[in-house]
Formats: sequence, C-alpha cells, structure tokens
Amino acid sequence: MDQPAMKHLLSIADLDRGELEDLLHLAGEFAEVLERPIPKVPTLRGKTVATVFFEASTRTRLSFERAAKALSADVMTFAPGTSSVIKGESLKDTALTIRATGADLLVVRHEAVGAAARVASWLDCPVINGGDGAHQHPTQALLDSLTIRQRFGKLDGLRIGIVGDVRNSRVARSDIDAFTLLGANVTLIAPPTLLPRDLEGFPVSISHSLDEVIADLDIVYLLRIQMERGSGPGLPSLPEYVSRYGIDRGRLERMSPDAVVMHPGPINRGVEIAAYVADDPRALILDQVRNGVAVRMAVLFRLLGAS
Amino acid sequence: MSTPLGPAGHSPQRSLGGETLARTFRKISEKFWTAPLLPSTSATFKTGPARPERRKPLGTTQLLTDDEIRRALKRIAHEICERHHGTDGLVLVGIHTRGGPLAEALAEAIAGIEDDKVSVGYLDIGLYRDDLSKRPGTRLSRTMLPVDLSDRTVILVDDVLYTGRTIRAALDALSDLGRPAAVELAVLVDRGHRQLPIKADYVGKNVPTSLEERVHVKLTEIDGEQGVWISRP
Repeated sequence: MDQPAMKHLLSIADLDRGELEDLLHLAGEFAEVLERPIPKVPTLRGKTVATVFFEASTRTRLSFERAAKALSADVMTFAPGTSSVIKGESLKDTALTIRATGADLLVVRHEAVGAAARVASWLDCPVINGGDGAHQHPTQALLDSLTIRQRFGKLDGLRIGIVGDVRNSRVARSDIDAFTLLGANVTLIAPPTLLPRDLEGFPVSISHSLDEVIADLDIVYLLRIQMERGSGPGLPSLPEYVSRYGIDRGRLERMSPDAVVMHPGPINRGVEIAAYVADDPRALILDQVRNGVAVRMAVLFRLLGAS
Repeated sequence: MSTPLGPAGHSPQRSLGGETLARTFRKISEKFWTAPLLPSTSATFKTGPARPERRKPLGTTQLLTDDEIRRALKRIAHEICERHHGTDGLVLVGIHTRGGPLAEALAEAIAGIEDDKVSVGYLDIGLYRDDLSKRPGTRLSRTMLPVDLSDRTVILVDDVLYTGRTIRAALDALSDLGRPAAVELAVLVDRGHRQLPIKADYVGKNVPTSLEERVHVKLTEIDGEQGVWISRP
C-alpha cells in the first residue's frame, strides 16, 4: 500500500526490485486462481482491455486476452490488417480512437522502438508494452523470472546463459534487466555479429562459445533466430549456427543435471532447439507460456485494480 | 492581541455617515484581510467559543485480553459443536489475514471438545472486493482449501465484523470455489455499522462502537501479542 501505483508497464528498467518482486508474488497468487474449478474472479468487472498488436503474436496476445477475461475484464482486439491503418490512419489517431471507444488499458506491440511509450504519452490511461522493436518486452521477462523462481526458488546467484540473436532481441534486453535486478549472473552467448554493437553498461559477461560455458549454466535461455527482424546477415549459415549454438541431445547431456532450457517461443524446431530437446521435461517452454497468463493478470491487476 | 473575527470586531455602523460606501467597504475588507488568519491565530480559532468542544481523546482501551480471546473461542467452539451435533461435515475457513490463525485456534478448541480435528482453509478475498480502487497496492495471499466444499458446512472465520463487505466478498469467493451445503459466520468482535444484510452466527464479543473508533485485533501468530483494543483518534 505504501508504494505509488504503477502507471504503465513500458520497460523493466522502470521497475525497482521491490515492484518486480511484488508483481511476481501477485502472479504466483494468480497462478493459483487459474487452477481453480472456476478460473475466473470478478476483480476487473467493467474494465476494458484493448490488445493493439501491429506485429504478429500468438502467445502474448492470447495470454493477455485470457488474463483479462480471467479477471472479468472485457477485451477489444485490434488487428491492423482489417483496420483503418490500411487507409493510412496514424498510430496516434489509432490509439486515440481505441481509447475513445472505451478502452481502459492498451496493450501495444509495434515494430518501432518506443512505440508503446509514445502511445502512453498520448493517452490518459495505462499502457502495457507488448513488445517494441528490438527494445523491450517486459511481460516476457516477468514470466521468465516467475518460471525460474518456481523451479529454483530464487534467481540470486543463478548462472543464466542467453544464447543467440541478442542484437535483435527485445526479449533478451528485458530479460537481462530483470534477471540481473533479481541477482542472477547473466552470460550472453553468441557470435560477435549477433551481439549488440555497444555492450558497455550491460551488466553481463560474454562468450562466443556455447560449449565452453554450457556445463556451468543453471539455465540455458535460447533466443529465436528472427529472420523477419534481420538475424540473417549476422549468420554465416543456418547449419553453422545450429552446430555451434543449437541445443541438441549431446549438449543437453553436457548440461548440469538440474539445469533447464528455456525459450520465449515460437520455437524453430531443429534450429535453436532440437525437437528432442523441446519435448524433454527439462525444457520449460510450456511452463513459460502457462505463467504468461498469471503474470499478465498481475500486471493488469496492478494497473487497473487501483484506478 | 488578536480579536476574534466576526461582525463585532469591525463596527462598520459609525463610519457610514460621511464616507462613500466604496470606502467603507474597502476599510472593512482591509480589516478583514489584515486580520490575523495564519498560524499565530490558529490557537484562537481552536479554542474560540464558536467551535464545539471536542470530545476528550479516549486513547486506547483494551477490550479483550489474551485469556478472554481464548475463552471466547472456546465458547464459540462449544456453540458450533452443539449446533451441529459434533463436527461432521464442518470446514473452518479463515479470511486472510487474521481469520486464518483464528480458524486454527478454533479448530484446536473444537478438537479439545470433540476429539476430532476439523479441516481449516484460508480464503483471500482481495480479488472480490468492491473497493479495490480505494486500495492501491493491495497484496494477495494464497487461498487454500483442504477439502472440496461441496455438501459441507463452511464456517467463515474473521476477526472483526464491521460493514459486512468483507463477508459479502467472501461469500462470492466461496461460491466460485464450490457449493457448500451451508455457510455460517464466526467473528471475534462484532462492532456494528453493517452496510449489508449480514449477521454473524457466532460472536466472541459484541462491541458498540462509533464510526470514528478503530478496533485493533492482534494475534500471536501475526503480531507477536494477543488482544483486542479500541482507539479513538
């Protein structure tokens, strides 16, 4: 009750450790709600959540919609392909229109860095960043942190390796912020061409060889090779990437016995992750998706529950 | 040095003769605005005769001691066993936060009478409140029910019964969690001022209160000491 109410969720960097842990605690309680015979509570009755996604999404959009409905909020879905964006309506006018039709909160995904923050500056209601370009994807970092906490009890001192196209990954940026804020040691594992050009200020260590560090990791976090966002030019060839950075059965066996594999999805079976590994119980990919709903309920509850 | 504000302090009648109305007005208003208003006079304001005398602060009075709480719970335990001819099909459900330990204590008291441990559950009603907007930063606790509520008699346990809104929320929460055969309510303190048609079946102590008073329940498990106090600000 003492901390000021959160207004938006745009970036993990906006949160302090207390707020982050509060959201994870809340998410844990909502995970319990989702296991009830009637997984629905009346908390946000009368509120309307709009999902405004200018980029494709399965997990984020569906779990936001499920989260809103589990809290009894109503959901409006905006899809650019069938909207007036086709006629040239701007982001600002689109956002103002959606707000004017009665949305109490907007979840915004856009290819441009900072899009959600811009929308937040135009509107008088909470905005959640559902992913902006290669910048941030805060709810993904929350659900990843929750998944790790459920498995290991805490993040303090854990060794987490983030493998793959860090340069083009908003998931990586949010995860680095959240994991290090919660006390984990993060190593980025990628060829130099897939690392951010300027790594100064990143509280991480770097490795170019997965095989050198894999045995020391508690969590191997695989990033998706994002051909649509420009992973291609950073890769000599896909088979070479797979041979050096993909997780197959052999690498899975070299991991420490308690270590786990995570992936934000959608997975490219046979690229970052072999089909065999994806179906192994040490792959937490579906736990991550499941937690996505609980985490998004927590964020909606914090942003709308007190407004 | 400071005169109380009001018509007596201005005596405008005298000056009405030779002066224009505007001048009189200015004089009055000057006097009004220069009359001491700010901190130095606040004492005058408070003790001024026009202000109704404040009720003496009551401070804090203890309503129930640790022993009295235990005896009240024991009596409630007897009432529950008497009404239900034993403990068959009973579940005690404590409402977070202080209903939890109370439900445990009640179960223990019942065990002392009937030689049977009644199951205890916990209910967090945060998600069912109708006043969330007034409670930013609400924290939630785990709802835990040890058994299926269907066809059992649930006895909700809470520390203080006041407006009844908490119980309303608890009833909504219960109906989402199962379909009990019956729901009853046990509270340690009933302080009145109901805003909904809700009544407790078992009451530790009825305490007539005024709206400005506050009832504080402390339990060993949560607060390190045990007792019920009432305070007036």
